[in-house]
Amino acid sequence: MTAASLPLLRRTRVASSVIPGFGPTLGFTLLYLSLIVLLPLAALLIKAAGTTFAQWGAILTDPRVLSALSLSFGGAVVAALINAVFGLLVAWVLVRYSFPGRKLVDAFVDLPFALPTAVAGIALTALYSPRGWIGSLLEPLGIKVAFTPAGVVVAMVFIGLPFVVRTVEPVLHDVDLELEEAAASLGADRLQTFLRVILPAIGPSLLTGFSLALARAVGEYGSVIFIAGNLPGISEIAPLLIVTKLEQYDYVGATAIAAVMLAISFVLLLAVNLLQKWRRARMGG
Amino acid sequence: MSKSATRDPAWARWSLILLALAFLGLFLVLPLVTVLVEAFAKGWAGYVKALSSDDTGSSIRLTLMVAAITVPLNIVFGLAASWTIAKFDFAGKSLLVSLIELPFSVSPVISGLIYVLLFGLQGLLGPWVAEHDTRIIFAVPGITLATLFVTFPFVARELIPLMEEQGREEEEAALTLGASGLLTFWLVTVPNVRWGLLYGVLLCNARAMGEFGAVSVVSGHIRGLTNTMPLHVEILYNEYDFVGAFAVASLLALLALVTLAAKSTLEWWNRGEIAASGP
Amino acid sequence: MIEVEDVSKHFGNFTALDRVSMRVSQGKLVALLGPSGSGKTTLLRILAGLEQPDEGRIRLGGVDATGLGTRDRRVGFVFQHYALFRHMSVAENIAFGLKVRKGSERPSKEVISERVHTLLELVQLEGLAGRFPSQLSGGQRQRVALARALAVEPRLLLLDEPFGALDAQVRKDLRRWLRHLHDEMGLTGVFVTHDQEEALEVADEVVVMNKGRIEQIGTPSEIYDSPATPFVYRFLGNVNALPCNVQGGQAQVNGLHIGEGRVDGGGTAFVRPHDVEILELSPDLPQAKIRQVIVLGPVVRAELELPGGLVVEAELSRDQKDKLNLRRGQEVSVFLRKAKVFVGEGA
Repeated sequence: MTAASLPLLRRTRVASSVIPGFGPTLGFTLLYLSLIVLLPLAALLIKAAGTTFAQWGAILTDPRVLSALSLSFGGAVVAALINAVFGLLVAWVLVRYSFPGRKLVDAFVDLPFALPTAVAGIALTALYSPRGWIGSLLEPLGIKVAFTPAGVVVAMVFIGLPFVVRTVEPVLHDVDLELEEAAASLGADRLQTFLRVILPAIGPSLLTGFSLALARAVGEYGSVIFIAGNLPGISEIAPLLIVTKLEQYDYVGATAIAAVMLAISFVLLLAVNLLQKWRRARMGG
Repeated sequence: MSKSATRDPAWARWSLILLALAFLGLFLVLPLVTVLVEAFAKGWAGYVKALSSDDTGSSIRLTLMVAAITVPLNIVFGLAASWTIAKFDFAGKSLLVSLIELPFSVSPVISGLIYVLLFGLQGLLGPWVAEHDTRIIFAVPGITLATLFVTFPFVARELIPLMEEQGREEEEAALTLGASGLLTFWLVTVPNVRWGLLYGVLLCNARAMGEFGAVSVVSGHIRGLTNTMPLHVEILYNEYDFVGAFAVASLLALLALVTLAAKSTLEWWNRGEIAASGP
Repeated sequence: MIEVEDVSKHFGNFTALDRVSMRVSQGKLVALLGPSGSGKTTLLRILAGLEQPDEGRIRLGGVDATGLGTRDRRVGFVFQHYALFRHMSVAENIAFGLKVRKGSERPSKEVISERVHTLLELVQLEGLAGRFPSQLSGGQRQRVALARALAVEPRLLLLDEPFGALDAQVRKDLRRWLRHLHDEMGLTGVFVTHDQEEALEVADEVVVMNKGRIEQIGTPSEIYDSPATPFVYRFLGNVNALPCNVQGGQAQVNGLHIGEGRVDGGGTAFVRPHDVEILELSPDLPQAKIRQVIVLGPVVRAELELPGGLVVEAELSRDQKDKLNLRRGQEVSVFLRKAKVFVGEGA
């Protein structure tokens, strides 16, 4: 061992930090990540790769699969849109106005993060079933929520709301009051100021919140299956179909649906990221 | 300070506030109230009776046990990962961060499925598991693994931005003063991120105890053996034992409320010391 | 013309403005000068309608504008940090005020684009119309903010610390350019600054403010040459503040006669360094000892110690210094060409 070779060795391994512990912590991180996350996900990929063309064709043309996928994605888009509107409203009210109990309301917004999905699921079902508090009000109007696709959307709105509120809130908080004053001094009214100045400023965060809520709703299981009624072809979501296939020991079918869901979600998130990147590049950071 | 030019008229203010509160009341408060009302539909006696069944007791024990295993493991991982990522520069760092957040974007059902595909009878390692005379799927190890997967990012994603923000100077100072690496970690780094750590642990624990989809896939639903509390809620509900289902659900709702209260308290006391809240 | 009458404004317990009155004639460029917390920005914001006064009235062009909101005042406001809309290009920023007009008041697209073009030329930013604010330098942003404010043809242009966020050289250029632009357009303008040099160089009239009150209003030379209060003396330029005593109308510093005072009592005599003349030692004049000589380019600053230990700063030219052959420890005579004595509180 020569003194000259040592620094060379170190520089290639550890990038110029005097803080110790890089090797062990990185090693542990990678090992744990591989065991818990990467290896199981690889199992999915391997299984999907072993699926024959004919099997893929059969699964992807099965009307039951298609309707489950379109309900999961379609319902999630509708729910995320509702959340974009009302999440923005809630964030606006929490950031801009003071009213009694504001802090309590602010804390309560995170309930869907903390409440186990099964609990949310049975509670929403009890509320919206024809005998429930809300369901019994809607029934005379001919509106059915529980055990229909509308119920699926209700559950998805519940679990997605905090994503929008929590991503928009800090950005809305940071919107410079001077911008609004500038708009006012140039003759814009409040609505014009909101639409032309504030909304574009918080737009990227709203889009991020929307896509997070969307991603969560697409994969959601616990809060949806109780209220959905799970009628094949009508109110059956894709994650439930995966579970059903597994219970029938149809591992190929379950894997294929899972792979398609992951692929679509991945493409959606990628598209959102690219859109944000393009926007930032256009405005020069 | 009155910023008259940017203040909305009172009527607009109050209609927006009322609309937002109505929405939150409809979607957040009512479900929570429903849980309590249904749990006590047959009075206090019915509630206590529902909670005192053996199966309920074993589901509570299983849930606590799974949380007791997964939360500490994820704390260790979170500390190691954030230390590596925040205190050192290396190639592939941003990829590593993305991989750590990956479980958030995977459906819970798929999180369970991947373990079935790995350890199930037809799975890649299924034969190997069978040879060793153990069970992972439809048993407690599978439930623990699936829970580990879904709660994997919570502590790390809370600590990474916090440690990055605090930089390396304090650690470097401690080292120049003669502290060992481990001592520096315990005396300098951990105290600096303690609130963020607690915050991450709270969220991690809430998810570990409440996870449904992933656990449902790997559990096999064996009463008294592989049913966690959320799974037990489902079984009771599907058996039309609504009081029982909502009684167990009320315990989980209480956990959620305690989590929210602790989380908010942490946020109000330590503004700026805690990175943005996550799911 | 702007008339401000007895305007007061409180924020909680803090009095930002205390019965302030002033008028600005048509076409003048006025500086509101004062330290931070003096109320100058609050006054500017009240003129813009961004704040409403608690008491008092504002008249613009002879018409009461007190209750009027910002939107209806037709004032151009240039914010300290420009407040450019980040998601809009330079051209879109400038066009904003015209685009948000309602119905028949909104000019056609062609007229708007022509106006934008003219303004870009005026602020010398032709060719940058499509850029976004993040792609501009500080000075360019400042000019976009100005063009945006001018686009709505305001009857009054208000600028909050217009040069505060710029580096020294850009600052100097923009100052002259603003002065020039103002002369060309004949607008009435008010700007806030804490920089005395800026106020004296650019403004027709300077309003010196302190603790929510107006200390003095006057032309730059009036303000500099005859400050009305001790505060103005201290705030503008370098000054020697010497504790003195007035008896029988005669002010004395350590027994040296220094000037006249109207009332008897303890007070302060203010002498500008360039009014302290250094002469060769002479028996008829008070003596002093040179403590330090600092050469600052063409100007020389000398510290003199008067008998009794009082230290006075003097400013003289390089020539004078060479002629006297000044050096540390030298005994000289001093003559105070001009001193102003204030007696009593605050002096």
